Amino acid sequence: MATNVFVYIDHYNGQAVGAAWEIVGAARKAAEALGAGVTAVVIGQGVSALAEEAIQHGADEARIVDDPQLKDYRPESYATALTKVLKDGGAQVVFLPTTARTRELAAVTAVDLETGVVPDLVGFEVKDGKVVGTRPIYAGKLMEKVVVATAGPQIFLIRSRVFPKPEAQQGRKGAVTKVDAALGAATTEVLGYKATEAGVSLTDAAVIVSGGRGVSVNPKLTPPADITDDHQKEVWRAQQGFALIRELAAVLNAAVGASRAAVDAGYIPYANQVGQTGKVVSPDVYVAAGVSGAIQHLAGMRTSKTIVAINKDVEAPIFKVARFGIVGDLFEVLPALTRELKAKLSR
Amino acid sequence: MNIVVCVKQTPDTAATVTVENGKVSWGDAPLVINPWDEFAVEQALRTKEAHGGKVIALSVGPEAAREALKHALAMGCDEAILVSDPGLLTVDSLVISKALAAAIDKIGGIDLAFFGRQAVDSDTGVTPAQVARRLGWPALTLVAALSAVDPAGKTISVDRAFDEGRQQVKSPLPALISVTKEICEPRYPSFMGIRKASKATIPVWSAADIGLGAIPAPALSWTEVFAPPKIETKVEMITGDSAEAMAAKLAARLLEEKVL
Ligand SMILES: Cc1cc2nc3c(=O)[nH]c(=O)nc-3n(C[C@H](O)[C@H](O)[C@H](O)COP(=O)(O)OP(=O)(O)OC[C@H]3O[C@@H](n4cnc5c(N)ncnc54)[C@H](O)[C@@H]3O)c2cc1C
Ligand SMILES: Nc1ncnc2c1ncn2[C@@H]1O[C@H](COP(=O)(O)O)[C@@H](O)[C@H]1O
Repeated sequence: MATNVFVYIDHYNGQAVGAAWEIVGAARKAAEALGAGVTAVVIGQGVSALAEEAIQHGADEARIVDDPQLKDYRPESYATALTKVLKDGGAQVVFLPTTARTRELAAVTAVDLETGVVPDLVGFEVKDGKVVGTRPIYAGKLMEKVVVATAGPQIFLIRSRVFPKPEAQQGRKGAVTKVDAALGAATTEVLGYKATEAGVSLTDAAVIVSGGRGVSVNPKLTPPADITDDHQKEVWRAQQGFALIRELAAVLNAAVGASRAAVDAGYIPYANQVGQTGKVVSPDVYVAAGVSGAIQHLAGMRTSKTIVAINKDVEAPIFKVARFGIVGDLFEVLPALTRELKAKLSR
Repeated sequence: MNIVVCVKQTPDTAATVTVENGKVSWGDAPLVINPWDEFAVEQALRTKEAHGGKVIALSVGPEAAREALKHALAMGCDEAILVSDPGLLTVDSLVISKALAAAIDKIGGIDLAFFGRQAVDSDTGVTPAQVARRLGWPALTLVAALSAVDPAGKTISVDRAFDEGRQQVKSPLPALISVTKEICEPRYPSFMGIRKASKATIPVWSAADIGLGAIPAPALSWTEVFAPPKIETKVEMITGDSAEAMAAKLAARLLEEKVL
C-alpha cells in the first residue's frame, strides 16, 4: 500500500494545536478514498511523543525531524525539513491544520516544491485521484472549489472544527522513522515568547460567549470618583460588562469573543475580535450579548451551529441569524443565565 | 532604509459579490487598495519617517491596479511601480510571488519589504512568505509590532502574532514583513498627497522587463465558484416577566435541544 497522504502535526513549543488530530482524521478519510496510507510528519526538538499520538489518532506511520535547531519554530528551517520529508516520502497529498504558523510554513514549502497550496478548507472530496478543496472567498460571500494541478504534492490547510476529532486508540502501533535534513544555519534569532491573554482558543472553542458595544451601556453603574474622563468611564463600564461575559464563559468552558466596536473602543484586545477582520469561528454555540450583528461580524460567526442573541433592541439584525433570542438588558440577563446554567450543569 | 510595500487592488469589502455565469461579479462596486495593505503602507511610511530613505509601492495587476498605487502615493509613498502583463492576470500566489520577487530584485538595494496579511478577495495570505523564500530573505509574517529597528547594524526585531501568543524575533536585513492591523492605524491621504499622486507617472513593467521570460502556469485550478448555501434559521424568542424568568427558560431550552 502506497503511503502517500501526509499530515503535518502543528505544535506550539511542543504542545499539539487543538485541531491537530482532526486533521489526522481528515487525512485518513482522504487516504481511504485514494487507496493510500497516512504518514504523520513531526518537526521540532524533543517532540517524538507527538508522533506516537498521531499514530494513536489514525496515522499509519510517522516521520520525525528532531534537531536542536528546530527548538523554536522558524518558517525557514521548518520548511526545509518538511520539504525533505515530503520529497523522500513521495507525498502526493499533504494536509495541515490552518494556523498562523502553517499558513506560512505551507506557503514556503510550496515554493520549494513548486506546487500549489490552498488554505482554509471547510470541506473536500476526492475525484479522479485528486483532492478537490472547498473554501470561502470574499469573506465568505462566495465559495470556491480548487485542485492543485501540478504533479507535485497537493498541499491543503484545513480549518479547525470542520472534521471530528478521532478517538485515540491506545494500542495502535506504527513505524516511527527519524529523518535527517540539512537545515543550514539559522539567520533569525528567536528572542522569546509573550503570552497573550490565556484562555480557550477562539478557533478551537466549542462554545463562545461574545460581547459587543452593548457591554458598556449601563447607566446604573457609577464609575469610581477618580475616573473623570468620559471614555475611561465607558471603558470601566465595559469591564464590568465583560466580567459578566467571562463568568458565563467560565461556566460553559467557553472562549471569549468580541465585536470590532468593542475592540476599537479599547474594551478588549484585538486577539478576541470575531469577524471579517478578526477570527473566523464555527463553534457549536455562539452567544452574542450586546452585539448588533453587522454583516462584517456575521462573516466571522455565521456558520456557528446554534446562535443565541441577547440584545435590548428587538430590531437588531443578530436576531435574523439567531436560533434563540432574548430581548433584554445583558446586565440583567447574563448573571441570571450564568446562575441557571451553573445550577443545571452542576458546575 | 530602502523600503518596498506590496499592494493589491481588490473590490471594496462592502460590495455585494455574486456569481454570474460561473464568474465572480461585484457589480459596479469600486476597486480599492486591499484594506490590509493600508496598514503595510502606513508602517512602511513610519519606518521611513523614523530612519530615512524612501518607500516604493509595488503592485502586480491590470492597468486598473494603478488606483491602488495612487492611494499608496497619496498616503506618502515616494514612487510606485506597476507590473502588468496579460500572462499575469489569472494566476495564483506561486506565480505572483515569482513576479513580486523578480520586481524587488530588479529595483535592487531594498532593506525591507512590507506586505498586508492577506488579500480580501482570495483570502489566502500565502504570498508574503512565498516572496520571502524566493528572495532568500527571512519571512516575518503576521507582525503585530516592530520592537527595534537598527539600520546601521542591519537588524530588525519584531513581535509575531501566533494564535497562542507572540513570538519575538530578531532578524538580519533585508527581510520581509507582513503586518496585522494591531501594528498601526493607517493615515488618510492628505489633499496635497492626492494632488501629487494624480500627477505622478507610474512606470509599467512587463513580465519580460523583470526577467520572467515564459510565465509559468498556475499550480491551482479553480473548478467551481458558487454562492454559499443559505442557512435557514427561525428564531425562537424567549419571553418572560423578568430577566430571571427568561434566563431560566433559555437554559431549559438549550438543555432540552441538547445544544449544551
Ligand atoms: C472593513 C470593515 C471590517 C469590519 N470587520 C469587523 C469584524 O471583523 N468584526 C466586527 O464585529 N465588526 C467588524 N466591522 C464593524 C461592523 O460594521 C460593526 O460596526 C460592528 O460589528 C458593530 O459592533 P457592535 O455590534 O458591538 O456595536 P453596535 O453596532 O453599536 O451594537 C451594539 C448593540 O448592543 C445593544 N445593546 C446596547 N446596550 C445593551 C444592553 N445593556 N443589553 C443588551 N444589548 C445592548 C444595542 O441594541 C446594539 O444592537 C467591520 C467594518 C468594516 C467597514
Ligand atoms: N498582485 C499583487 N500585487 C502586489 N502585492 C500583492 C499581490 N497579491 C498579493 N500581494 C501582497 O500579498 C499580501 C497577501 O496576499 P494573498 O497571499 O493574496 O492573500 C497582500 O496583502 C499584498 O501585500
